[in-house]
This record gives sequence, C-alpha cells and structure tokens, in this order.
Amino acid sequence: MSSTTNNDDKQKHNQKQAGDSVLEKSMSRRDLLRLMGVGGAGLLIGATGVGGIMQAANKSLAVATTAATGAGASGDVLPFYGVHQAGIATPSQDFILFAAFDLTAASINDVRTLFQAWTAASAAMTQGTMIGTDNNNLNLPPSDTGEAAGLSPSKTTITFGVGPSFFDGRFGLSGKKPSSLEELPAFGGDELQPEWCGGDIGVQVCANDMQVAFHAIRNLTRIARGKAVLRWTTEGFQRTSGADKQGATPRNLMGFKDGTANPDTSDETQMKQNVWASADDGVPWMAGGSYMVVRRIRMRVEVWDRSTLSDQEATFGRHRESGAPIGSLKEFDTVDVNKKDENGKPIIPANSHLALARGDGSLKILRRSYSYSSGLDNRTGQLDAGLLFICYNRDTSKQFIPMQTKLSRMDKLNEYIVHTGSAVFACFPGVSEGGYIGETLL
Amino acid sequence: MNWKLIAISLSCASLLFLSACGSDTATNTKTDTAAATATNTESPAASESPAVTVAPATEAEWQPVLDEYRAFTIKEADSLVIETEKFVKAVKAGDIRAAKQLYAPSRMYFERIEPIAEALGDFDPHIDARENDVDEKEWRGFHRIEKILWEENTTKGAEGYADTLLEDIKLLRALMETVEIEPSLLVTGAVELLNEVSSSKVTGEEERYSHTDLYDFVANVEGAEKIYELLKPQLNKHDAELEALIGTSFKNLDDALADYKAGDGYKSYLDLKEEDTKKLSQLLDALAEPLSQMGKILGA
Repeated sequence: MSSTTNNDDKQKHNQKQAGDSVLEKSMSRRDLLRLMGVGGAGLLIGATGVGGIMQAANKSLAVATTAATGAGASGDVLPFYGVHQAGIATPSQDFILFAAFDLTAASINDVRTLFQAWTAASAAMTQGTMIGTDNNNLNLPPSDTGEAAGLSPSKTTITFGVGPSFFDGRFGLSGKKPSSLEELPAFGGDELQPEWCGGDIGVQVCANDMQVAFHAIRNLTRIARGKAVLRWTTEGFQRTSGADKQGATPRNLMGFKDGTANPDTSDETQMKQNVWASADDGVPWMAGGSYMVVRRIRMRVEVWDRSTLSDQEATFGRHRESGAPIGSLKEFDTVDVNKKDENGKPIIPANSHLALARGDGSLKILRRSYSYSSGLDNRTGQLDAGLLFICYNRDTSKQFIPMQTKLSRMDKLNEYIVHTGSAVFACFPGVSEGGYIGETLL
Repeated sequence: MNWKLIAISLSCASLLFLSACGSDTATNTKTDTAAATATNTESPAASESPAVTVAPATEAEWQPVLDEYRAFTIKEADSLVIETEKFVKAVKAGDIRAAKQLYAPSRMYFERIEPIAEALGDFDPHIDARENDVDEKEWRGFHRIEKILWEENTTKGAEGYADTLLEDIKLLRALMETVEIEPSLLVTGAVELLNEVSSSKVTGEEERYSHTDLYDFVANVEGAEKIYELLKPQLNKHDAELEALIGTSFKNLDDALADYKAGDGYKSYLDLKEEDTKKLSQLLDALAEPLSQMGKILGA
C-alpha cells in the first residue's frame, strides 16, 4: 500500500488493514511499516497519527509473531533458542566479531551466573530487544549500551564454546574434558602469536550489520566484568548480501571462492555425520554441540598479487572466475582428482589446496570463514589481512587435524599464507527457553 | 513521580499482554521509536534484578553521610596544604632530592578529593594540568614543577610555580567550606575517580616525567573507597548483593596494588610490565562496573 494521504479515514483504514493482514500471515515489522506507508510518503501522516498506528500495529505484530514463533517470522530475526546453537548451520551472515575470553571468576558458581546472564542478554539481543531493566533511570548507567537501539537484529547469532583451558582444574571440571578438545598440534609453517591464541571461552557473533555485532560483543564483555576478561578479538567480513544478491559462494581475499566443499547444512544426515557431536561420542554434555576450530591465517597479499593467474589457479586447484575445478566449467562440477592430461599429469595438481583438502572426499568439515583486515604490519608496511578460518566438526582429532596435517606439509598455498593464531572450542548444544548455555556441563 | 507510576503500570500491562500470548521473544519492539515510551521494550527474559522496593533515603538520612564526606575532604585538604608547603619549601631551598621525594606523596591528598576540586571550577587545571592540557603560558601546578625537577633535574625556574601552587591550594582549601555536596556528587564522584585512573594513571600518562603514577592510582582508588564506605549502609538496604560485590572488587584491586609497594611508596611506572598494567586495568574495570550501579540508592 502506498498511501500518501493524511486523512483520518484513510488512517483508520490502514490501521485496520494492517491489523487484519498480520493476523492472517506472519509479517516483519518492516513489511508492516512499508504497508502502512510509514517511512517514505507516510511521513505526511502527522507524528501523532504514526504513533497511534504504531501502537496498534505493535499489538497486532505481537500476535502475529507469536503465532509464527519458530517459523522464522521475521527475516531479520533468527531464533536464539533451539536444539543446536544458532551460528553453526546458519548460512553465513555478512560480518563476524569473534572474541575469546579468559575467566577471572573465582568459583564455578560465578561461571554459572555469567552464563545465565549471557544467555538472557543474548536472547534479548538476537531478538532485537534491549538488555536489562534500567534503561530509563537517569541516576544509573543504562543496562543496554544503546548503539543497537532501533536497529534490526540483522540476523544476529551468538555462539558460545569453551576451550581446553576451561577444564584445567580451576572449576573442578577436568574430568569432563572431551578427549578431542586439545590445543592443536604444531603444524609446519605455523607462526602462532600468543596474542591470537587460546581462550577459556570463545564467542562467535555474526550479523548482517557490524554495529549490531559490535553491540553484542561489547555488552557481553560488560556483563562479564569481574568474571571474565577479553583475551583477543578479531573482526571479519564477507561480501555483503547487498553486494551479492544471489548469495553465491563468497570469495576470499585471494579472489577465489571459499567454502564450495561444505556439507549441505540442510541435510540432517550429513550434519550429524560431520558436524554435530552425538551422545555416542563419549561426551554426553556435548550431544548436539560441535567442535570449533579458529585459525587466523595471514595472507602474504603482496606476494600473491605478483603471481600469475596460472600459478594462482594451480595453487587452489580451481579456476578463479568460475570457481570450477581446473579442467571443469562450473563451480559445483564433480571433482575428479585422478583425471590426467595427455602427458599423464593430474589436471588438478596433487599439491593444490583443493586436491589436498578433499583427499578421498571422506573428510568433511563445515567451514564458516570470514576475511579479516587488520591495518598494516608496521615492521614491513605490508597489509595485515587474510582469513579468519572457522570450521565446525564433530571430532577435531578425526576431521580437522588430519586434514590440516596434510595441508601444512604439502599445500602449494603455504607459500602465500602463514597461520598466526589458533584456538579450539567445544560449542555447547542448543538451549531452550528457561535454560542457559553450558547447562549440560555446569 | 506520576510518570513513574505510569511507566510501571504500562510495563506490567505489556508483560501481561506478552505472557498471554505465550511468547516474549519474537516481538521486535526495539525498532519502534514512536511507541518506545508506551511499550515494554525490555525483554522480560533479560530482567536482572527485581525492581527496587526500598525508598530512596530522605534528606535527613543523607545529612550525616554528606557531613562525614565533607569532614573527610577538609581533612585531606588540610593535609594537602601542609604537605605541599613542605614540597614548596624544598623546591625553593634548591633541595632537589627532597623535592622529588615529597612530590608524589603530597599529591595523593589532592587525588583523593579530586571530584571536589573539579566541582569548584578552575582548580583542577591550575593544580593538576598536564603539559598541553592548557596553553603553555598558562600552564602551572604540580606537573609544571614535575617537568622541571625530572626533565631538567633542577629546582631552578620552579620557584615561582611552587609559590603559585601553594596559593592555589590554600584557596582551594578555603573555598571548600562553601562547596555544596549533593548525594549525586558522591555517587558520580566515586566513578569519576576510577575513570581518572582508567584514562591516565593506568597508562602512565599522568606522571610522564616522574613515573609516580601508582601514587595517584592508589589515591584515586582510596578516594572512591571512602565514598563507598560512606554509602555502604544505604547500598546494603537497596541491593546487598551489589554492595558485597563492590566490597570484594575493592579488595581484589587493593590486594593487587599492594604487590607494587616499595618502601613507604610505590614502584615506578617504568617497572611495570604490560601484563601488570593489563591486570590492574582489568581489576579496575571489574570494580568500576558495579560501582557505577551505586546510583540505585538515589531512586529512579
């Protein structure tokens, strides 16, 4: 409806229509505003008129979204509660803000309190509501820092995990440590910097808006004061959904498509096999959770930029433009690493990233990486940019580690990258309303 | 107070409304600025503590607290005059060793009561401005003398500034009789004292020539702790958990600071490693966050 009139009857009509239609089908708030013409020509309606409509619409919307709960009522809001934590199988949002925390809490009770407060705040932030109850008291700092007020939740997901150091004995949890949750072994070519490694807790915030993502990490950090402190953070980005309306496989900063070989997140069998930990895996509290690996991989951008296209494609094993395996036409064409050219040489080089990462095709991980840019390296004046590699798998020791061991030894890509950060986290199973993250462990 | 009642009844109404619908998660009411005042924009799931039920203290209840704080600040100011006199005397006598020794300890009396000096107008810049905080030709006070003592390693040229400093401090002491201390000054003053530490002392920017930042650090924290002690009974009535948390957080910071004692004073900032300043800064944040909630005793 593109009403441009400000007459009263029309308003009432709009109001009624808005109420009627939201009862019939779920509708985002934004749709509702559009329907009512608020925002554009609708400004012609006096401020009072808008307020009145908004109030009525609000009530209607509450009814509508309640009816549609769980069905993704609004395109900008992803549910926080569920069987699995959001942010794993969720299609990648545009931005990430990853934060590792170290606990300073004295007791497991404090840790529990922190996780409960984080759960409440995360549920609020992902749904686009303000944190806490003291947002209008002039004598107090507001409970919510406010920079996301009035903004869409932008598909925010907040995903929590704990690192190996969480089980070091401070909280009496050493007996519950999953055997596969170990800091990664040293891989060839690693140049890990302590400031980008480890952490008792890992928090992945993803959103389609950087300010919204920042708001989440900032408020979680604030809530943690006295119980946990930031250890390191990294911001990452992809092309935005606005820049790529088709939602094609994103390109990394080397210009190649990254993530083509992911398991199908909508296929529950594949997810169970490769991503979700199961109760049968020996760690009951992790059933429905997933193991996360984070690697900060700096790209030697300047070196890469002076390599020929043929070298670049041989390095990845794919064509740059299409993303197709070398010798094929389309991105998702079947990869045949055994195919030879007329001289008997593999068409996809055996030391290419594709050939090595794929192996025999039996090892799969769910990549959820983002690019990062962190200014410049003051020692060299070169860009500090690369990949914030994140993956989820069911058992890191059986999936990521064997894969990375092979890559670190032979990958042609190693000439152009260096791993500078590393962390692993056991991401909890999902939580239902009334519960809190980590409740199966604590 | 009417608006408060309205707000409460409105939020109750929307709470009921939401629970009647069986959900409190899917309504994205935050984007609604027009109706923000008329709907509950806060997720019930995120509520932390029940609403304050204790009425704010009356004027009569406040009076003894304010009187005691006034007495404290005046006592500190008296000591500030006495100790600054000694410092000024050493500067004017050309005794650089004594001047350097007296510099940091005498400043601590000022640092404990900084919110009062700030409330009294120009005193803070006159007494405590750092280089570039004010125009070069107007720059005076402790840090001007600090620069001469440590950078030039002499007392020459500092005598005039020493005299002015003592005059400023005596005037401050005199005017303190007139300052009106409000409950809100205490509440915000305590947080301001810690913010002072956070923004310049913990980074070593306050005492850039003498590196005696830890003296200021300790004094600011003591000034905030004094206010907390005074507000403790009221705070306890409103939120005993918060009161206890602030107490523990002060203790954690005090204990950490005790590690940096050296003789009667404190280590040089130059002897602190990055992990030391980070630890102190994080303990300070852990304290300042709950301390900033002390405004609860003022009501809404």
